[in-house]
Amino acid sequence: MSVKKFDKLTAVAAPLPLINVDTDMIIPARFLKTIKRTGLGQSLFHTLRFDENGSEREDFVLNKSAYKDAKILITGANFGCGSSREHAPWALDDFGIRCVIAPDFADIFFNNSFKNGILLIKIPQKEVDDLMEVAERGANSTMTVDLETQEIISSDGKSIKFELDPFKKHCLLNGLDDIGLTMEKEKKIGTFEENQKVTQPWL
Amino acid sequence: MATTLYDKIWDAHLVDQREDGTCLLYIDRHLVHEVTSPQAFEGLRNSSRKVRRPDLTLAVADHNVPTTDRSKGIDDEESRIQIEALDKNCLDFGIELYGMNDIRQGICHVIGPEQGFTLPGTTMVCGDSHTATHGAFGCLAFGIGTSEVEHVLATQTMIQTKAKNMRVTVNGSLPTGVTAKDMILRIIGEIGTAGGTGSVIEFSGEAVSELTIEGRMTMCNMTIEGGARAGLVAPDQKTFDYLMGRPKSPKGASWETAIDYWKSLKSDDGAKFEIEIALDAEDIAPQVTWGTSPEDVLPITGRVPSPNNESDTNKKAKMQRSLDYMGLEPGMLLEDIKIDKMFIGSCTNSRIEDLRLAAKVANGQKVADHVDALVVPGSGLVKEQAEKEGLDEIFVSAGFDWREPGCSMCLAMNADKLQPGERSASTSNRNFEGRQGPGGRTHLVSPAMAAAAAIKGHLVDVRSFNID
Repeated sequence: MSVKKFDKLTAVAAPLPLINVDTDMIIPARFLKTIKRTGLGQSLFHTLRFDENGSEREDFVLNKSAYKDAKILITGANFGCGSSREHAPWALDDFGIRCVIAPDFADIFFNNSFKNGILLIKIPQKEVDDLMEVAERGANSTMTVDLETQEIISSDGKSIKFELDPFKKHCLLNGLDDIGLTMEKEKKIGTFEENQKVTQPWL
Repeated sequence: MATTLYDKIWDAHLVDQREDGTCLLYIDRHLVHEVTSPQAFEGLRNSSRKVRRPDLTLAVADHNVPTTDRSKGIDDEESRIQIEALDKNCLDFGIELYGMNDIRQGICHVIGPEQGFTLPGTTMVCGDSHTATHGAFGCLAFGIGTSEVEHVLATQTMIQTKAKNMRVTVNGSLPTGVTAKDMILRIIGEIGTAGGTGSVIEFSGEAVSELTIEGRMTMCNMTIEGGARAGLVAPDQKTFDYLMGRPKSPKGASWETAIDYWKSLKSDDGAKFEIEIALDAEDIAPQVTWGTSPEDVLPITGRVPSPNNESDTNKKAKMQRSLDYMGLEPGMLLEDIKIDKMFIGSCTNSRIEDLRLAAKVANGQKVADHVDALVVPGSGLVKEQAEKEGLDEIFVSAGFDWREPGCSMCLAMNADKLQPGERSASTSNRNFEGRQGPGGRTHLVSPAMAAAAAIKGHLVDVRSFNID
């Protein structure tokens, strides 16, 4: 199985200026009763997007016409904190979000997103604030994210460089399935198991 | 070179290391449940892959099961399908499963230790962030997503880069009426929900040594609420005593050899921790959360804080949003907050000692008229033990509802939930918006504090109950 590739993305960026956006906010637990990975986009940010009657909340960013096609999200610190549910990145992906930019992310969510071809970019708060301001301009706030050169080019032409683990970058650029990569190391895994049988026979 | 406990377990499980530092880590134990596994098994089928080590894998349905009578099956169709999928996947791939009506069924992080599946010095994973619980045994335990679940099923390894070493030392002894739950809430209040991001936290100090194994589980369980990948406590005699004779613990000569190894599992003197935090246990009072993040926590003697006193604009906005959601006014006494429901349960606080403590508070008392109180044991075996000790009778005669084991109202995937606007005192681990039901308002507390709140009808300092 291969993963979605990510190389270069030019799209509208939506501002979500909240800190500590948790996985229950990204997708509430009651929507996890599925045995599929698909179709979760309709439940993305459910409580923020819909009122008690199921109608769209007009003031939520992704409900505004300028941001309906957003593929990039600019948000606050500690995005994705909470549960390990991969339904969170599945919901983002299914909705169409392919890149999230924030000062930092929760660890498990960070790993889960890359496994689904979603690029998460960590940049300093000051730069996030600048991009947030650009993103406030609505449909005009198109940004380009170039993974190869590791830069974000905002609609005002400004370029921001970002850091990324080289292995994650390699997998994302090539859409690599890491199970396949690990299986190439099967001999080493077998050797480890043989050794462990001797050193820790109780396991 | 002096190394930490985390370094030692890490090094002992390293299968391969790439030049860029990406490592392949061997996984000794894998817990599987119904919510985060179906897509992983589907992935295996689509790629014609097998489970490499079904013998190191243990499955149980917990998140989605009803806590009312379930002898006739599950009414909710989606829940039923998910649980049936787990049954089928375990059968097809040869994985041991504790079915819904098995006495050993329960919350995965309760049954792992209970069965002796969790052992010191091992690596463990589960598609659930509260896997950190198992760190109480000196087991390096990570919560992972479904893609990683599939990776571990297929290869018995996971790809990781090494985390930072962080140590939280709690000196001195906890005062009367203060529990492991209060201690970990206090720590999260101190470091914040991102304080441990990118780290593995080792808990140490007198107060941690003095905790029972179940107390250490409560503490490690909420490490993830401090953002850390895993929590660890070095194993000691209490750990060995807890594990001895458990169904999956080593036996005979193997047990002796294992103990010799386990005794070596501690951080060396002079080992380097990138981040060090120290607290005094004497300063910790019973804690309660007022907001919508576990870091929004204060002693029960405090007042709801005011956003006007927060200088950081992002934090100020978040605080205002939390207060609006929680329906609270700055300055009000935490003890004046009325509750509608009470929940004792979850992988944080549903073990026998939690129930004993709550029963001590509930004994001879009555739940306030306007409160619905739910007690959900962590496993069938915990429930059985509690009933042997007559705890169920104490709860029931005090007006608490005594249920079947499962995750229940911690995350409201089954019928147990808050209605919009309802407020709970809950022994679970997350007070996020909507966590216990859309519009529900959660105050995280210890089991003793929860029972006390149910009786008084509002949040209250359990120390006023004068139990020892």
